[in-house]
Amino acid sequence: MDMSVKKKLGLKEKYALMTRNLGWEPSYEKREDVYPLLDYEGIKIHDWDTWEDPFRLTMDSYWKYQAEKERKLYAIIDAFNQNNGHLNVTDARYINAMKVFLSAVPALEYNAHRGFARLGRHMGGVGPQVACQMQAIDEMRHCQTQIHSISNYNRFYNGIHDWKHMNDRLWYLSVPKSFFEDACTCGPFEFIIAIGFSFEYVLTNLVFVPFVSGAAYNGDMGTMTFGFSAQSDEARHMTLGLEVIKFMLEQDPANLPIVQKWIDKWTWRGVRLLTIVAMMMDYMLPKRVMSWKEAWEIYFEENGMSLFKDLARYGIKVPDCVEQIKKEKDHLSHQAWTTFYAAAPMTNFHTWIPSDDELDWLSAKYPDTFDKYYRPRFEFFREQAEKGERFVNPNLPQLCQVCQIPMLFTEPDDPTQIAYRQSEHDGEKYHFCSDHCQHIFDNEPEKYVEAWLPVHQILQGNCFAEGDDPSAPDFDPIASVMKYWHLENGRDNGDFAGSEDEKNFAAWRGMTTSNT
Amino acid sequence: MQIDLRTVSIKPLRNTFDHLVRRFGDKPASRYQEGSYDIQADTNLQYRPSWDPEHELHDAGRTAIVMSDWYALKDPRQFYYGAYTLARARQQEAAEASFTFVESRALLDQMDAATRSRALAVLMPLRHAAWGANMNNTSMCADGYGTLITQPCMYHAMDNLGVAQYLTRLGLLLGDAATLEAGREAWLNDAAWQPLRRLVEKTLVTRDWFELFVAQNFVLDGLLYPLIYGQFVDKHLNAHGGAGVSMLTAFMSEWHDETRRWIDAVLKTAAAESAANQALLSDWTRQWRGRAAEALSPIAQQALGASAAEVLATVEQSFNDRAAKLGLTL
Repeated sequence: MDMSVKKKLGLKEKYALMTRNLGWEPSYEKREDVYPLLDYEGIKIHDWDTWEDPFRLTMDSYWKYQAEKERKLYAIIDAFNQNNGHLNVTDARYINAMKVFLSAVPALEYNAHRGFARLGRHMGGVGPQVACQMQAIDEMRHCQTQIHSISNYNRFYNGIHDWKHMNDRLWYLSVPKSFFEDACTCGPFEFIIAIGFSFEYVLTNLVFVPFVSGAAYNGDMGTMTFGFSAQSDEARHMTLGLEVIKFMLEQDPANLPIVQKWIDKWTWRGVRLLTIVAMMMDYMLPKRVMSWKEAWEIYFEENGMSLFKDLARYGIKVPDCVEQIKKEKDHLSHQAWTTFYAAAPMTNFHTWIPSDDELDWLSAKYPDTFDKYYRPRFEFFREQAEKGERFVNPNLPQLCQVCQIPMLFTEPDDPTQIAYRQSEHDGEKYHFCSDHCQHIFDNEPEKYVEAWLPVHQILQGNCFAEGDDPSAPDFDPIASVMKYWHLENGRDNGDFAGSEDEKNFAAWRGMTTSNT
Repeated sequence: MQIDLRTVSIKPLRNTFDHLVRRFGDKPASRYQEGSYDIQADTNLQYRPSWDPEHELHDAGRTAIVMSDWYALKDPRQFYYGAYTLARARQQEAAEASFTFVESRALLDQMDAATRSRALAVLMPLRHAAWGANMNNTSMCADGYGTLITQPCMYHAMDNLGVAQYLTRLGLLLGDAATLEAGREAWLNDAAWQPLRRLVEKTLVTRDWFELFVAQNFVLDGLLYPLIYGQFVDKHLNAHGGAGVSMLTAFMSEWHDETRRWIDAVLKTAAAESAANQALLSDWTRQWRGRAAEALSPIAQQALGASAAEVLATVEQSFNDRAAKLGLTL
């Protein structure tokens, strides 16, 4: 009968029937009404059918594989929590890296989830739509597994008890928040270059390796397992990022300058965002994986550059900002940590001065800069602290209008001079940390004047706790801002030394290793 | 007998995150709660979306429905990603077993040629309707407000894709690529399918995401699934040697029963919120019910012949009862 002569379908053919064959050209409604977001960015796509599926995964296999991964992950998280795994980390300073992670990253994953959902609906072909939908649901996974992996730390340590509230308000968290809100408010093609290509493909290793390897090196099995479990998802996301860029470039030569502009912009935006990761790697992990500089050299200068070599045949050039980043790699983490150290009363994690061993490690990893510029600062901070005059910067810093990081970066060729740039728009002055942030602003001033800069907002009186009266004689503006952030003064912030975290960890570790 | 295993017990400083304490009191939170409540940014949003400058990035104003707290729309299944994939993986395993069973016992051969071609004629074009449902639910996830409602919409979208893919496999088992092509041709050109395709295309240009939720998940699928999988496959085909088809679409029937608990909970809560919501939801339901009943009529005809009108009336009646239970007035 007819069953026996059935033509055997190839994998590719079969997957096409499972996905792109489901779509159709609308005829009762206009195509531009069904897909209204495809034209306004100027990207020209002539034939959506030439899209090559970056991976072939039907829903039944997706459910099967992902459920298997979830089962393993939650079994390990449960075991880690049940056995007080938090007491097995190298030392309690490590937990501050997880505070930064929870404060910043799940909210990013969440926005990626919503952003990819938008693309899953609005891309012009079933192939890319399905790939984006899978990334959308994966990003929800990452958001939730991160929260679930780290939530046990919140039960025992301070600083992240109201992470979501802080994510929308606390000063330094506007950096990651604005990064993703910037991407999500872009059109679909820019979003996917920003997140799918620049962030997931070019920079993902520089996020993953520090945090996940950092967790592995420091005895944090829960976070480590989350990271390893997310790896195969990330691999899919990277192939999507690469396919998208090739697809766009192959469709029309007019796409090249637009795509190049986005790559330049988002490489720089991403690298600025990674400043905090650089600091985490060099200062916050008791057991270091590698220095930021080494990570940058391996994952960007080697791997990233070979990617750009592959893309050269389409006319893509290495972004100009790479020259500046090369110069900054010797300075970035040190400038960031000194800034956070000086702002310790205003942060939801603890800071400290590196121990002598750690200072030596930094000297060895950064032979050209550390002893010359930064070690003396830490030694000065230490002397001050020992005298009981712990150094604190009492001023609210000026923020860059684009990356929203305080003006802490120095001139690329003069590490003793803080870099300031300025542009005017509609009679107002705007400030930037670098040529590249200024350039981004100058290209789209209407967008970036809408930034919500925490320092400006504080100065305008928009960040006081509800019910506080700024005209009252005993009004304490700093206390009121902390209340607005839900920052518990004396518990969440300040020095690690003498903190409740430090004391509790020592006491609890004692309970689990001795009988007294 | 109880074995008393011990671990070193340390008293934690707090039970859970503050935003959950504010909602549920000071007690340990579930993973659903931790992973869902208040996760979407709702404060100090930056930049106007270039694709919708009238609204903020996340904006409750993308629907006419008004809720004082969007996190009232709880999913009774409490699906977060892990719970969702585990549930679907179990169903997937059962579906896999059914495909193997049906194939190895040649169960589909029990249908005569006419029944077989009727099964294909009705089911194959529905692959495309399921893709429309997928796009709509993806859209609700993108445009909706508050993770409690956007999250299950994304899961629902992936389920819609899964349904389209199970139908594709069924088509390939009963026929071959040409069978799928014939279904596609019917979807695009056969007179009987044009009202449904017109309706689906109309949903694709419906911009209010909550209206879309009503149109797609409540009304259209609320009529289509009972009609096609309940009446046509499980009753009609079953009675004509089509038990094999029934096994291969068991996922759809079970899925419809499960997801309907969520859809009902959302509508019930939103309707109970205010008279304005209730009126709007009733109005949307009425409008889309009229269109959907009209669009499904020629398909019911094709599926059930002479008894079509009667069966469709039964399906509509139980839909009306369902709507009434949710507090809607049709």
